[in-house]
Amino acid sequence: MIDSPSVSYTGLSPVLFVLGAALVGVLVEAFVPRAYRWGVQLGVALAGTLGALISVILIAGRNELTLSRAVAVDGPALFIEGTLALLGVLSLLLLAERSPDMGGSAFVAQAAVPVGTVRDRQLATLTYSQTEVFPLATFALAGMMIFAASNNLLVMFVALEVLSLPLYLMAGLGRRRRLLSQEAALKYFLLGAFTSAFFLYGLALLYGYAGTVDLRGIFDQAAGSEKSDALFVIGLAFLVVGLLFKAGVAPFHAWTPDVYQGAPTSVTAFMASCTKVAAFGAIIRVLYVGFGNNDWTWRPVLYGVAIVTLVVGSVLALTQTDVKRMLAYSSIAHAGFILTGTIANSPAGLSSTLFYLLTYGLTTVGAFAVVMLVRDADGEAGHLSQWAGLAKRSPLVAAVFSLFLLALAGIPLTSGFTGKFVVFRAGLEAGAAPLVVIALVASAIAAFFYLRVIVLMYFSEPAADGPTVAVPGLLTTISLAIATAATVLLGVAPGAVLDLADRAALFVG
Amino acid sequence: MTPTYYLVLAAILFTIGAVGVLVRRNAIVVFMCVELMLNSVNLTLVTFSRINGTLDGQIIAFFVMVVAAAEVVVGLAIIMSIFRTRRSASIDDANLLKY
Repeated sequence: MIDSPSVSYTGLSPVLFVLGAALVGVLVEAFVPRAYRWGVQLGVALAGTLGALISVILIAGRNELTLSRAVAVDGPALFIEGTLALLGVLSLLLLAERSPDMGGSAFVAQAAVPVGTVRDRQLATLTYSQTEVFPLATFALAGMMIFAASNNLLVMFVALEVLSLPLYLMAGLGRRRRLLSQEAALKYFLLGAFTSAFFLYGLALLYGYAGTVDLRGIFDQAAGSEKSDALFVIGLAFLVVGLLFKAGVAPFHAWTPDVYQGAPTSVTAFMASCTKVAAFGAIIRVLYVGFGNNDWTWRPVLYGVAIVTLVVGSVLALTQTDVKRMLAYSSIAHAGFILTGTIANSPAGLSSTLFYLLTYGLTTVGAFAVVMLVRDADGEAGHLSQWAGLAKRSPLVAAVFSLFLLALAGIPLTSGFTGKFVVFRAGLEAGAAPLVVIALVASAIAAFFYLRVIVLMYFSEPAADGPTVAVPGLLTTISLAIATAATVLLGVAPGAVLDLADRAALFVG
Repeated sequence: MTPTYYLVLAAILFTIGAVGVLVRRNAIVVFMCVELMLNSVNLTLVTFSRINGTLDGQIIAFFVMVVAAAEVVVGLAIIMSIFRTRRSASIDDANLLKY
């Protein structure tokens, strides 16, 4: 006789809201007439994510393990869930954008129609598009929330797949440049499936070592064990490979530029911000809760990985000519900055990682939202040369993009500076001074390529056949406004949110 | 019969799968190699379940099968959509995105 586990519905309510919205979204797709679907889907998805955001605020401070210890409801989990819900709302607004000035919906009407056929050309001229992208996005978001909150490697693996599978599909749903979009989906899928197999093998070896997949159980087994460390260390290594892939950390970053460039930009905004947040939420939970007493096994490795990531991200970004690829390499460099805080294995490391994820996510969503606005005849104008003199065409868009780039570069009075400051301080306190020095050099290199774009926008003559700057639709405007306000606020007055991250920095169990 | 042999077999299968993913050119074959990796994990889990004397490993294997089935649905859909356009499932042909 197996006792049914007790379920804390209150503690799980953020996840339940988003998951509920996803399931309702599937029904809407089946039963609501096409004319109303877009509005209903957007409403359902927003209601779910806003509901999650509100319930996170209401249950802040809860500390418990529920579903027989499988899911944690604690400070870090709720902070990540709140961050994901907020970023989810902003990304959903971008995904839903279909203002005619921005080229209508970014998603293909029928993904199954082969590219270049007569039917495909017919569909391209129509304005309607499928709305499956909303349930897909909410499923992915729910998976991300569970991913960062799971206290059990099996639940973490299932959540990893729940978040990944919709993302693979979303990457391939682009309306324009469909071949690139499908190629991005294929690459993301094959590499993603490959690394989840690694994660799973790590899980199996750790199960063999500890006899359980509960993170605290592994922690306890490792504490007083006379067993051989081989299973333990190899299992942890495989597990971390799977997690680092999702976070886009070098040397597991190869997919990032291709997928970010090929996917529709609104999907890239969603992936770049939310996936990174969820992946680091999971990394930090696995390492701190499951392996916190054995940090000699993972700290030196992640130390090296962080250096490689910083160098690869910031140096390769210098050579990019496409704005989405440049932002992709910048996101790799940012993964390195976050790792600088994460390897501290201290409460300061945890709270600084949480804070950095929030600032990075908000700025990234905003930056990709601006990329959606700069367009020429066949969609978004990605090539950096086309961005020359943008400030003369549209001073406001250029100013907002400059703000995001300055925040990504970590210039004072933007959120990026505060974020970098706290992770570097956590790294220093943990005795990782050489790493912090390398991170500082990397951020100087990174500042160069961010500033290069700003110089290009302000001090170059616009090309005669350059792109136009679309007037953002209402949804994009809201999303951009929130991201801009947050980027400035978290730079000027970060105190309250830093306090919040500090108070959240305690794992349960 | 020592259960350790099964662990070794699973490790060999996992390696074959991993090498297959890296060297094969056809997307379907690459995908089959990923499935081989997942199944070798199942074998590992069931063997450890036997060694440890707990049922958890067998239960986890069920979860892995379900997830693998879901992955097949998504993966084949993506590979099919590319194949119908390009008339080829070679991953070397998917080379528009680079540098």
